[in-house]
Formats: sequence, C-alpha cells, structure tokens
Amino acid sequence: MLSEVERDEIEAQFEHYEERRAASVEALKIVQRQRGWVPDEELAEVARLLEMSAAELDGVATFYSLVFRRPVGRHVILICDSASCWVMGYECVRAQLEQHLGIGLGETTADQRFTLLPSVCLGACDHAPALMIDETLHADVEPGQLERILSGYE
Amino acid sequence: MNERPLTRNIQPGRAPLPLPAYEQAGGYQAVRRALTSMSPGEVLDEVSESRLRGRGGAGFPTGKKWSFVSTGDEAPRPKYLVVNADEMEPGTFKDRLLMEGDPHQLLEGMILGAYAIGAEVAYLFLRAEYLIAADRLRRAITEAGDAGWLGRDILGSGFSLEVHLHSSAGRYICGEETALLDALEGGRAIPRAKPPFPQASGLWGRPTVVNNVETLCNVPHIINRGAGAYRALSRGEDGGTKIYGASGHVRRPGAWELPMGTPLRELLEEHAGGMREGFAFRGVLPGGASTDFLTDEHLDTPMDFDSVMQAGSRLGTGMLIVLDDRTCPVGLCRNLEHFFAQESCGWCTPCRDGLPWVEQILAAIEAGQGRPEDLELLEQHTRLLGMGHTFCAHAPGAMEPLQSALKFFREDFERHIRERRCPYR
Repeated sequence: MLSEVERDEIEAQFEHYEERRAASVEALKIVQRQRGWVPDEELAEVARLLEMSAAELDGVATFYSLVFRRPVGRHVILICDSASCWVMGYECVRAQLEQHLGIGLGETTADQRFTLLPSVCLGACDHAPALMIDETLHADVEPGQLERILSGYE
Repeated sequence: MNERPLTRNIQPGRAPLPLPAYEQAGGYQAVRRALTSMSPGEVLDEVSESRLRGRGGAGFPTGKKWSFVSTGDEAPRPKYLVVNADEMEPGTFKDRLLMEGDPHQLLEGMILGAYAIGAEVAYLFLRAEYLIAADRLRRAITEAGDAGWLGRDILGSGFSLEVHLHSSAGRYICGEETALLDALEGGRAIPRAKPPFPQASGLWGRPTVVNNVETLCNVPHIINRGAGAYRALSRGEDGGTKIYGASGHVRRPGAWELPMGTPLRELLEEHAGGMREGFAFRGVLPGGASTDFLTDEHLDTPMDFDSVMQAGSRLGTGMLIVLDDRTCPVGLCRNLEHFFAQESCGWCTPCRDGLPWVEQILAAIEAGQGRPEDLELLEQHTRLLGMGHTFCAHAPGAMEPLQSALKFFREDFERHIRERRCPYR
C-alpha cells in the first residue's frame, strides 16, 4: 500500500501539469525511491491516483529503462555501453565487473547487494569508460579500481 | 583569444554562480532589456537575424521555428516552451556542461524564448541520470523565482512564466521532439506524425516550441550583443559560437566553446591535442552516433551545418567520437547499431525489426561468421531504413554511420569475412 508520504508527494506533482497522468514517471520514481522498485499493488494504486488504468501505467513503466518492475539489489550499477566508452575499454570493465560480482548484465547478486545494468551514454565521454552506482558517477574507470570502488557500497 | 559567451561563467569543478554573482556578471540583463524595451516580435526578429540554428542536432533556424507559433489575442492558450535536456546522443555531453556550469544562463534563455512566443509555462525535460544538473537547476529556479525573474508579471511587464523541471527515466527516443511531448504528457514516448507540427498542436494540443539547451543558452547573448555582433562570433554563415567536444583516443578529450565553423582539423589537433601516443586517426563521427563518418580527406571541413552536410555528414551535436587505427570499425558499427536497435520505440516495423537484423549481421561479421553477401544485405538496409521509410528519424539516423563505414572501411568488413575473424583482436 502507498504510504501517506508517497501519496502526498505524488499528489503535489499534479499542479505542474494540465492532466494528472503527466505525473506518471515522477510518481513511479517516488514509489521506487521508497521501495527500490515498483510492485504491482502500488502500481495499481498510483494508476488510480493518476486516473489511468493499471495496464496503461504498466505500459509506461515498462517503456522506461530506469523504472524497475522487479526487485533490484541495494545498489544499482549502470555501466555505460555506448560508443565512446566502448572505444575506451567498456568490454574490459564489464568483464572485470561480471567476474568480481559473479553476475551478468540484468542480474542481481545473491546477497542482494548489487544489480548490474547496461546504460546508454551517461554523458561522461571525455572521461570514458564511465559507470554510475546509485546517484554517483564514476569516470575514467580502470578495471583495477573496481574492487575499491565497489567496496564503498554495502 | 576567442570569445566564449556561453561558457564565460563556467569553470570545470567549480559550482555554478549563485544568482547575485550571475547578475553581477551581467546576468538577466538580456531579460531586463527584452521585457522593458522590446516587443516579443522584436526579440524573435533579433534571433532570426542572428542566424542561430538549433544545437540539438537538426540545425533548424531558431527564429523560424519560433515564427510558426501563432501570436496575438486569438492564439490558443496556454502556450508552452519545452527545453529538450534529454541529452542521450552517444558521445555528447555539452548540455550537461551548460546546465551544471551555468543554470541561470539556461533559465534566462528560456525566459527570452517564452517571451518571444508568448508561452506562460515552460518545462525542462531532463534525462534521469543528470542528477547534479537537476539539483543545480532546481536551486536556480527557486532563486530566480524569489528574485522575481520567474513568476507573475516579471519586471511589471505583464509577462508571466512558470518553469517546471520534469525528470525522465531513460530511453533515447524521448529526445525526439514529438516523442518528448508524449513523454511529458505521461505516456510512452512514441513519435507523432507531422504535421501538425508542435508549434500548431504540441503539448496537450497547445502551441509548443521544443528547443535544445545549448540553443536557448545562446539567446541572452544575441539580445545583449545584438544580432550582428553575435553573428560575427562565427567563422561561417551560421551565427555564434558552438560547444564542440571530442572523445576517444585523443590526448585531451573534452569540450570547448569555439567560433561556429571551426575546422575539424583544428578541433582534433589543437583542442583535442591530436591522437594519443601509439594511435593513428582513422575517422570520426562528427556529431554523435547518428552522423556519417568523416575521414582524413574531410579534415579541412569547417564544422558548421552546411559545410558538414556538403562533406557528406551532419554537424549533429558537434561532439566528435574519434575512431583510431587500433579499434575495429565493424565492432564500433555493431556497438552503434546495438544502441539504436535497443532504443527503437518499436512503433514502426522497419525500425523495430530492421535494426536488430542489422545488429545481428554485424555481430556475425565481427565474430567471423559473416558471408560475402552480408555486405549487400547491410547496404539494402541502409536504403530501406532510410528517410521516408520510417515514422521518425531514429532508423535513418542509425543508418548514417553504417552507410559511411561500408564506404570508408569496406576493406575491414571484407577482411573479417575473408579471414573469418576480427583482425583487431
């Protein structure tokens, strides 16, 4: 069930737009900030607030790469796989990450600590290769630094 | 020393100027001038005369874009200005620099743009991952509102503007201007048929202009300096300066504000510092993933919209992705087409099904499983996914690097097929 805080935050968005449904992405992100992902029950509640059907809102949720409809780990790693990072060594960074975490792209570690996802260009091309962990950008990443970078996330 | 109006307040690693310092540096003077002594039509004329062309990639003249919005008392209301801050073109990081480095400059450009077209609400459509920019923009919007630069009856002019920050959640297609409007309305980001153009029927069916971040950042300087002086900042026909940049194996990857029309060679050699030790130049995507490769023979091309077009590519975002002699061109094409296939919205068949096919063929060639007839198949795709066969410019954009790679790096494709392996690994 949506908490009062979530509900208030979502309703505060409505006045920014001509229609409530325009707040759909922000509403899904509000739920995700609280829970890490967007479960079915909360999605249906949000849809009612937005005056949309749950199916329609799910269509929006699943369109976007950063709305999670399945549980993710405590920390989400977005590894940039676009052209500049690819040229500058994305494949080595990815291989090292996968080996260290024991998971592939789209997977979560057994201890629920990390989820590893590919990302389109993060806009850090002058410091490629780049990745983002939660809200922090890590740039000029060298495979040898990954263990130290990851150790900062419990 | 080049003048660099857009980045004069920006120092890498330093927080942006807060409002009082921004004002002290001449900030919001253009808004004061426009709102107290110019009509909206005069602002529009000044921007038209400046020969500012859209910096999001398409290069459409900004004044002309604005001029299609109906004005006068009969015009439908409300009207909207939407800032396309969904910067997701691979290789491109100029709008991030502008938003993180000088958020008030963007707000000032938005106020001027909204005034010119008579919009009372503006949305800043920002990609999700730009969290630092989001924080700084939010603070700037609050500061500008508190100081009366935003809100009701700005400077007693009768002109009002509210600004809302809309943070997105991924997907490259949101940067396509009509898909962006669908995203803002809360739906899946699927491009719309044109006409009607957004200026006639955009956000919620109202008159709407969508402008790129860098485009709007130019507008205060056009009003401050006047169209003629602004035009003179350029080395070519298009007015003003441009944020150029480079990534790849160059000595000094980065971004620089330079006169519009600065030659490609100068960007690569003087500003990017040439190739890194042990790497040689093979080619460059001049303006992001969806532009044709240029090579050695094009190095003297001035980097303005028409000259790059004449050289067979597009200026796009003006942010170079450099290909070196130790990186496989087939692999780079496979990477690019993977990106485009993944980011297709799925609405029209040639794009949704054609791009994954192209990616598969390229992956097979890269893995040494290509057949000689694959090159003809790829060439067919570059035609069948080209302009006129799809709903929007996504797939045609995807074909630009591929068609030029097949031309300039043909020997690499053939060698992969002949030797049944990637010679770069």
